[in-house]
Amino acid sequence: MSGGHGIDAQDMLTVTVNGGAESAPVGSSLHDLVEALGFAGRPIAVEVNGDVIPRARFAGRHLVGGEQIEIVTFVGGG
Amino acid sequence: MSHSEAIAPRAQESADLPLVVGGHVLASRLIVGTGKYATYEEMARCLEASGTDCVTVAVRRERLVNTAGENILDHLDASRYALLPNTAGCYSAADAVRVARLGRELLRDMGSRSSEWVKLEVLGDTKTLLPDPVGTLTATEQLVADGFAVLVYTSDDPVIARRLKDLGAASVMPAGSPIGSGQGLLNPNNLRICLEYLKDGDPTYPVIVDAGVGTASDVAEVMELGADGVLLNTAIAHAQDPVRMAGAMRAACLAGRLAFLAGRIPRRLYATASSPDEGRIARPS
Repeated sequence: MSGGHGIDAQDMLTVTVNGGAESAPVGSSLHDLVEALGFAGRPIAVEVNGDVIPRARFAGRHLVGGEQIEIVTFVGGG
Repeated sequence: MSHSEAIAPRAQESADLPLVVGGHVLASRLIVGTGKYATYEEMARCLEASGTDCVTVAVRRERLVNTAGENILDHLDASRYALLPNTAGCYSAADAVRVARLGRELLRDMGSRSSEWVKLEVLGDTKTLLPDPVGTLTATEQLVADGFAVLVYTSDDPVIARRLKDLGAASVMPAGSPIGSGQGLLNPNNLRICLEYLKDGDPTYPVIVDAGVGTASDVAEVMELGADGVLLNTAIAHAQDPVRMAGAMRAACLAGRLAFLAGRIPRRLYATASSPDEGRIARPS
């Protein structure tokens, strides 16, 4: 979700998602990030800085930049 | 009961109690993994053929590209199969606890009936995939304190098995042999001791053999020894004909369980004739 047109770099914040850098507009919530990444409505669980955040709290969780975020799902396994 | 009912396998099966583990009642004593299948369609057919009602799944990073791709949950009926998340690939207690919590959150988000349990693996070595006993004990203690029913993969060491139960594990799951190795049950005597220790004064405590199964006779063997269930994956997924092997595993699990309940004859060094000695027309010289 990097490189949004018309948004200056200083209006963006950077977080780490699944080990890679992602930028989001300042003021974004976790809900906004999940939506921008295309994960809305998908079976996911999200961890921010080591804490699991339930889906109901995505919108109220505002990003400040620098967060370490993991977004996971189920895959086949034994 | 009519004669036909008396000999029908179904009637024999119904005489058994279901497997109860972590508060869940499972009709099948096979727990089947969902990894390594050629396609999701083949996985679904194998699960059907195995008769299982509980399957394991792994927790992994969602892909940041190709998010239109299929998800395994599109091919798993969560109302039919209890989903048991694992912590596969974790090499520390801390990582395993994180993954267990993420798996629980995935299940809670789905509204699953089985969200508060986990198949705990804390591995010690990438080559053998043998469990790290110290990390496994640590993670079990933390997850039990966090409210999880912990089904814990461990070695066949009876002392560690007993300590895991003492820490509150919902099921201790000794490996028959290394994960995916297909070597079967390498140390039946250790499994016997695990069963004796874990079920001492607590006969319904569930002991599930997890890992190492190569073919159907391995499943029958551990069930005959008194294991409450078997967890397997590769032996089905990588068989030449996975769906047929899934059916073989189902039959072997039932056969082994029935044989355990029936009680085998003792082994003897010498023969005992099945036909009467009396009335023979000739005698041994």
